Parts: sequence; structure tokens; C-alpha cells
Amino acid sequence: MKNRGLSWGRILLYTVLIVGSLFCMFPFYWLVRSSMMDLSQIFLIPPKWIPEPFVLENFLQPFEELSFGRYFVNTFIVVAGTLAGVLLSSTISAYSFARMRWNGRDKVFAVLLSSMMLPFAVTLIPSFIGWQALGMVNSYVPLVLPSFFGGGVFNIFLLRQFYMTLPRELDEAVFVDGGNHFTIFTRIILPLSRSAILVIGLFTFLNTWNDFMGPLVYLNDESKFTLAIGLQQFQGIYSAQWGVLMAASLIVVLPAIILFAIGQKYFMEGIALTGIKG
Amino acid sequence: MQSLSSIRKKENGLGWLFAAPAILGFVIFVLGPMIASLWFSLTDYKVASQAHFIGLDNYVHLFDGTDQFFYKSLGVTFYYVFLSVPLQIIVAFFLAILLNQKVKGLAFFRTVFYLPTIVPLIASSMIWMWLFDPDLGLLNVVLRALHLPESQWIYSEGSVVPTLVLMSLWTVGGTMIIFLAGLQDIPRHYYEAIEIDGGNALHKLVYITIPLTSPTIFFNTIMGFIGGFQVFVQPYVMTQGGPNNSSLFYTFYLFREAFTFSNMGYACAIAWVLFIVVLIFTAFLFKTARKWVYYEGGGA
Repeated sequence: MKNRGLSWGRILLYTVLIVGSLFCMFPFYWLVRSSMMDLSQIFLIPPKWIPEPFVLENFLQPFEELSFGRYFVNTFIVVAGTLAGVLLSSTISAYSFARMRWNGRDKVFAVLLSSMMLPFAVTLIPSFIGWQALGMVNSYVPLVLPSFFGGGVFNIFLLRQFYMTLPRELDEAVFVDGGNHFTIFTRIILPLSRSAILVIGLFTFLNTWNDFMGPLVYLNDESKFTLAIGLQQFQGIYSAQWGVLMAASLIVVLPAIILFAIGQKYFMEGIALTGIKG
Repeated sequence: MQSLSSIRKKENGLGWLFAAPAILGFVIFVLGPMIASLWFSLTDYKVASQAHFIGLDNYVHLFDGTDQFFYKSLGVTFYYVFLSVPLQIIVAFFLAILLNQKVKGLAFFRTVFYLPTIVPLIASSMIWMWLFDPDLGLLNVVLRALHLPESQWIYSEGSVVPTLVLMSLWTVGGTMIIFLAGLQDIPRHYYEAIEIDGGNALHKLVYITIPLTSPTIFFNTIMGFIGGFQVFVQPYVMTQGGPNNSSLFYTFYLFREAFTFSNMGYACAIAWVLFIVVLIFTAFLFKTARKWVYYEGGGA
């Protein structure tokens, strides 16, 4: 009796999971199949499931008629700059909050943490006005420079959680040997937290790659656009050319997916780590 | 001993030094702009002209009904948030419970459910626009084939917000993973104790699973609300706030005032109202949290 109930439960369980997976994967499938169809195929009803023939011209148009090549380079500049800033400054600041004792440390950290709840809209406009006054609008400075100042509260929080799990005796041992905090940071903490740093790097890459608001506000010249903004412009021009639009979208999505495939294990660990002690 | 106390003394200065990037960043990119924003919100700053102090005029203008878009966008945003956040929490929690069973292909399902969350919003907006297309989009083609009533999806006033909510469920995987981590922390023997007492699956859910994951539910709810109030890319890319302002999300309305109409002072006031709304919400959640969030340590 119990066994039979269990197996019905199992069937229901797998049904829900499979239907859910189809809901998740279907848009990807539709993206890929539509990207390889010309207009005469794409508007066929009933819809074709597999392109016939496969049309690859859609992938050339973004590079030939819009400067997708340049957008790639621009996006890499912003991503590389931001990564450098985040990795340099968040590792150092998190060290201070996790492993050094100074007056007011916990209060300062609480204030920093609370800024996570601040809607971006509150700082967006004065920041824009400020960068404009400095003549930095339409450059990558407003997009990259802030990452060198702490690298984001979220990243500091995540690293701090990780640093705190490392045994304190390691520090004492370095002090006894005549080392200082800089030695501990570079010789012990950094090498031991490689996986946490990787998590932060992956998330930073994705967030910057996907960022839409920042480039939208700060970049005016088409030649300086990142992929996200370039894609949006593309949509305005080719509004009904779904095949070309899907090809362009796929070009933007693919690097994110490849990165995810490579760092998948770290992604899952990282997300779990942030939620537990929330 | 002496050396240790001198190390501690040195640590005070060094600590501030190591934390300096973060502290400076907070002052330059958060605190400074906040103060500036508050000041601008009390002016009529429009970029082209000098800013004049006008007191609370911007706020009065927002609330006295002359700006119909303000109430419209508040309404749209509340509608979206109160529909999407509970749904996301329930779906994510439910999926996490399923994946916390002994499931074959656990890693596969986890990955599949998480994958949509890494897609750039601009790209997923385009994919869904194509699926939602009333004439040629797949969703209506399927409905037509099944002889079911079609929908105008994002192209009609009544269905645009529910459609965006449906789309938001596509990215529920991130929340699900956090729930899954919370669920995996629950010791097995709690469930065994319920089994010995003759309890069923519902008892386990109500007496063990929900109380012990309540901190995670709390965390995800707060994050859901904060994120929901700030939805921007979907209305900007997919609907431009339309049709007839029925998807005029709050941050889109704010963006339009600031960067299309150059009403910077006014937009700052709009931003501060959002901040207050978010603050009231989180404060309210924290207050109720004492009643329903269970911390194993017993504190707070």
C-alpha cells in the first residue's frame, strides 16, 4: 500500500520536474531554431520545429550592418576593467572586516550592508550629474571606476563569510614568524579562498556582461556601445526580422552560457553560500 | 604578550586602511549621491538651467494628483510586485522541495532551472517578445491549434502585467537554489522524529520544513520585493510602458522623467518616494519576521 502511494508520488514528482524543465529550456530552443531560419520559414503556420534549410546569414548581419564586432571589444573592456576593480578591492576590504580588529568595524560593516537595500534609482541621477560635471559621460570611467572602491557590498559580504571560516591559528603562526597582515593576506588568505574569489569573478563577469542600465545611461556614441545596448538598438532597426534578432540575441547569450558551463560548480556553491546566512 | 597588544594597536589603523576602498566607495558612490539626491529633490533642476530651491513642491506635485503618471506607475508596480513575489516564492520553494527528494538527475534539473537566470535581460526580453507576438508568436499559435482563446500578451492593457509576471517565473531558479541550500541544512532526524510520531508529509512540511527554512523564506521575500520594485529593462525594451501606460513601471517612469524630459530634480523626488516605499516594506517585513521567522540559535 505504502509502496504504491510512493510510486504515484514519484510519477507526479518527475512529471512536475520535467514540465518545469521544458518551460525553462523551451525559450532557448526557440531562440536557436528561429535564429537559423529566414523570414519565409519563420512565419510558417503550423510552425516548423527544425530549420530547413539551415540559414546562417542571420548571424552575419549583426556584424556587417551593425558593429557587433566593436560592441564585443567594448564589452570586454568594461568587463575586464570591472573584474580587475572588484577582485582587487573586495578581497582587501573583506579581509579587514573578517580578520582584523578595529574600532567601529562591525558598525561600519552594518552600514555598508544596509546600502544593499537602497534602490539604485536614488543614487543614479546625482551620480550621472556628477560624472557629467567631470566630463566623464560617454566614457567607460563611470562604468568601471566604482568597482575599484570596495567592489560591491555583496562581494565583500560573500568573501567575508568565507574568510571567517578559515582558522585563526594560521594568523597567529604568521605573527610568531614575524609576518604581518600583508603576509597573511597574500600568502594565506588569498590562496585558500581561491574558490570564493572565482565565484565572485564569475558573478561579476555575468553582471557586467548583462548590465543594461549603466551603458544605457552613460554611453551615447554608437561606437562606444556594449553588446546589451547594441542589441537593443538592433531591435529598433529590425523590429520584425525575428530571425536576425534571434541570431543577434544568441550571440549575446552564448558567452554567458559558455562561462556558466565552465564554472557551473562554483556558481551553485556561490548562490548557496549567499543564501544560508542571509 | 607585549607584542600581541602592539599588534592589536597597529591593527586599528591598518584595519581602516584595508577597509578604506569600501568605506570611500560608500561615501563617494552611496552617501554623497544620497545627500545630493535629497537636495536635488528640493529643486527644479532641469540640466539646462540653474537649480532653484523650491522646498517640497516636487513632492506636493507628485501627491496632489496633477501627475497622473505617478499614481499610475505606483499602481502598476504594486500590482506586479504583489502578484510576482508570492508566486515566485511559492514556485521556487515547491521546486526546491521536489529537488530535495531523492531525485535522479538532480544536478541536471538544478542546472536546467538555473540556466534562465544567467541570460542577459535584454536578450530574454527579445526571446519572450517573439514568443508573445499576437499574430505569429508561438504561444498564440499553440492556443489557436488547441482552439483556446488567444491572448494579446504584452500588447493589451489587461494582460501585460500578468504576462510579465509569467515571464518572471522563468527566472525563478536563482531563488530555488537558495531554498535548496536551506533545505539541505535541515537535519534528517527531525523528519524521522515526525515519522515515529505517525506524522505525514503535510506535518513534516508544516512543523519542520517551513519553520526551519523561514530565515531563507524571509531573505528571499525581502530580495524579491526590493528587486520587484525596481523592474526596468522589461518595460523599457518590451513595451515602452504601454499600451496606454498599463506597464508604466515605477523606475521606467523615473527614468523617463530624468533622461527623456530632463526633469532631474523631480526625478530625484520620485526616487526618494521609492526609497521610502522600499523602506516601509522592509521594516514591515522585519517587524512581522519576529512572529514567523525561526532562528535555531534562539536569538531575535
